[in-house]
Amino acid sequence: MSKKYDVIIIGAGISGCAVAWKLARYNLDILLLEKEADVATGTTKANTAIMHAGYNADPDKLKGRLNVKGNEEIREVSKKLNIPYKEIGSLVVGLEGDDLSVIDELYQKGLKNKVKNMEIVDRDWLFEHEPNISRDAVKALWAPTAGVITPWEAALAMAQNAVANGAEVKLETAVEDVLTESGKVVGVKTNQGNFAADYVVNAAGLYADEIAKMVGIEKINITPRKGEYYIYDHAKDFAVNHVVFPIPTPISKGIVVTPTVENNLLIGPTSENVESKTDLATTRAGLNEVYKGAKKLYPELDLRDTIRVFAGLRAADDTEDFVIEAAENIKGFVNVAGIQSPGLASSTAIAGYTADILRDEGLTLSEKKDYIETREEPVRFYEMSNKERAKMVDQNKDYGQIICRCETVSYKEILDAINSPVGARTVNAVKRRTRAGAGRCQAGFCGPRVVDILAQELGIDPTEVKQEEGDSQILEYKIKQLLGSKVMDNA
Amino acid sequence: MLNLKKDLVVIGGGPAGLAAAKKAYDEGIEDVMILERDFELGGILPQCIHNGFGLHYFKEELTGPEYAQRFINDVKERNIEIKLDTMVLDVTKDRKVYAMNKKEGFLEIEAGAVVLAMGCRERTAGAIGIPGTRPAGVITAGTAQRYTNIEGFVPGDEVVILGSGDIGLIMARRMKLEGADVKAVCELLPYTGGLTRNVVQCLEDYDIPLMLNHTVTAIKGEGRLEAVEISEVDENLKPIPETAKTIKADTLLLSVGLIPENELSKKADVVLDDRTGGPIVNEGRETNIEGIFACGNVLHVHDLVDWVTEESQIAGAHAAKYIKDSFARTNKCVEVKAGENVSYVIPQKIELEAGDRKRIPLYMRVSTPLTAVDINLYADGEKLYSFSEPFAKPGEMISVPLAQKTLDGLDNPNEIKVEIIEKEGK
Repeated sequence: MSKKYDVIIIGAGISGCAVAWKLARYNLDILLLEKEADVATGTTKANTAIMHAGYNADPDKLKGRLNVKGNEEIREVSKKLNIPYKEIGSLVVGLEGDDLSVIDELYQKGLKNKVKNMEIVDRDWLFEHEPNISRDAVKALWAPTAGVITPWEAALAMAQNAVANGAEVKLETAVEDVLTESGKVVGVKTNQGNFAADYVVNAAGLYADEIAKMVGIEKINITPRKGEYYIYDHAKDFAVNHVVFPIPTPISKGIVVTPTVENNLLIGPTSENVESKTDLATTRAGLNEVYKGAKKLYPELDLRDTIRVFAGLRAADDTEDFVIEAAENIKGFVNVAGIQSPGLASSTAIAGYTADILRDEGLTLSEKKDYIETREEPVRFYEMSNKERAKMVDQNKDYGQIICRCETVSYKEILDAINSPVGARTVNAVKRRTRAGAGRCQAGFCGPRVVDILAQELGIDPTEVKQEEGDSQILEYKIKQLLGSKVMDNA
Repeated sequence: MLNLKKDLVVIGGGPAGLAAAKKAYDEGIEDVMILERDFELGGILPQCIHNGFGLHYFKEELTGPEYAQRFINDVKERNIEIKLDTMVLDVTKDRKVYAMNKKEGFLEIEAGAVVLAMGCRERTAGAIGIPGTRPAGVITAGTAQRYTNIEGFVPGDEVVILGSGDIGLIMARRMKLEGADVKAVCELLPYTGGLTRNVVQCLEDYDIPLMLNHTVTAIKGEGRLEAVEISEVDENLKPIPETAKTIKADTLLLSVGLIPENELSKKADVVLDDRTGGPIVNEGRETNIEGIFACGNVLHVHDLVDWVTEESQIAGAHAAKYIKDSFARTNKCVEVKAGENVSYVIPQKIELEAGDRKRIPLYMRVSTPLTAVDINLYADGEKLYSFSEPFAKPGEMISVPLAQKTLDGLDNPNEIKVEIIEKEGK
């Protein structure tokens, strides 16, 4: 334990990254730890990717207070950090036979939470602005401040900005214990050695209860709540213009139909408590429920052009609220736990709230003189015009080689994804940063190329290249290896 | 930006593009350019190192690379311009082609005619929505073939294959030859999707079990694939839960269908056929957009490369005619319709006034396996003639010639219809 950090943040999901980003502007030594090989590989990579307007949550809960604030802040933050964000608005659509009074209740709740510009719209409005919506639609709550965002890019952008401001990020570093001395945090023990710090922020997502238990906090209890999804190719010829919700039930906002920032159509999620924090399996029943739910809002929707099914786990605390507070029993330990929906929408506000708690706990927050506010915009070839592409290729010929044909991702973009701060080390990390492999062929064509580039840039053998976590190697053997031949040496 | 002008631009340097370019050249169009996104010509053939290619066209048995090389040599001898590692980003309906490569940067090419020959891609696990986790080790059979035969890596050693398309069958044998344990090939339908010869030579000869009426109902494993759950399906293709069993596997290869790659075609406003996934074309393989032709797997998925060659020669010849102005379509067409048991027919329409042709091959597939069939052709409900075949399978394309003189004998027909039915009392 040579260097001592001011703050160690456990977990590089959206919350941990946001806290790092918020704190990195101050004169502090910050270390962000992540057990996986990339940021944003847990709940942050598999959710509905929505910036909720803020009418759902109870005004008396932290969720209610932080959602609207986060929603307001993201406008500026997304510009400064170049995070793809579109404020397309949301609709809660009541169909014939639904309990339409819920719409008015949500509207009232939204007013209490100070959600701006909400309106209750009638069916004519709906048919004009959401032409494929069910003909059974009666009315809807329209919240124009809701939007869609790329969650992993948001986390990455914040982590990269934090690094630009001096924070350190250590991947594949799993916290095994929180070290304390006489009632005070002194650091953490990890699989990569011990790290000393005065403050530890627990943003471990699904595992936040386990980390909390390391300092004797028993009251946090995280239940993994699974949500299953279908995602469509952006070539699907089916217009959905808003984030469209059904009338919510007491436990869930229901099956949403929404475009993503990149114009893929996304439907889901289910909501089911599961036993295991690693149970990311979709099920036939769950997927059927998603499709059925989406069809209620959009009867003409079919499953053609779906490119992927996936499941994510919400980190739901028993209180069904965010648990953001300093530990009572141990000095210097702050929990940022139970961050489920609207956690993404609240992320910047969660970070601000956490910074306030740390300050109250005695941490000095003085802003750096040379604080860097912005993150340079990554080149995104897929959203450029041909003219802009031509200009880029003139500047650097590596843009001229397209690796992912479905999403138009160039060789240079993949090099940058690997070699920039918090660089990609896995195939999925490249995919999150560049969209290579996120298209309709699902890496059928670019997969071998990406494996090859990763191996070259990281200086490893292609058989060592991983898809994501654990033993997720893509290629197990060299040719003829299984036959015990020496031919493989020449391969 | 580099501005170029070419009589003919062929998009794709696989078997379709090569044959179309060669044919157009031989028909008098020497200003031809092939744009290929890979680092070499041949399309998918270089990774198809097994034999069985060319039996129809060359009357001899070749491997994929050998078949491709013959056309590559032909194209090179003709000084046809080839741009490798070049990605086409856009095609417009007035035949401007926008492309990019590392050497020259951005290219804008004004083309007299365009042949679309982009081939097809494989349907993925996501597209068919197999429930379960998302571990490494679940890849399409064609990607596995590329890893094995081009890159020199074997994906894994305990293999299950879903789908009995030709690439799946070929890869079952290929993985076995690499020393892997190929546990089963599961096919949802009661019959295989591939060629009979591949079932015999790739599965039966190697004792690899073919499980018809079976599908993968769950993918298991967190990092790498650990197992797959397979289940028998009922007559509605619904899995029967009681039949579910788990097979340990580190690799699941998918051979569950091929999809023509028409993203560029759509940019040029080319109209596609729902049944084939490819453009609607006339007998010259010209799409609804004048001067834009399509052939090979971008038009419809072929089982034999020999048919791709034949079809691409048709497209190349017609593109040449179009450029030379010796053929102008009138759009006075007879529609070609798929009748009973026929899933599609190519071309979808035939120009009635088209000069010097003798016969028009009609390519078709049956929608279900049949034995002892009559292939009947009708014009506006009236039977023209019929052929007999001992059997017809969805995995094997049928080519039926329509003679020009038959067409000439008809008085402004609206519709030609093909049906394939089993003989009565067979």
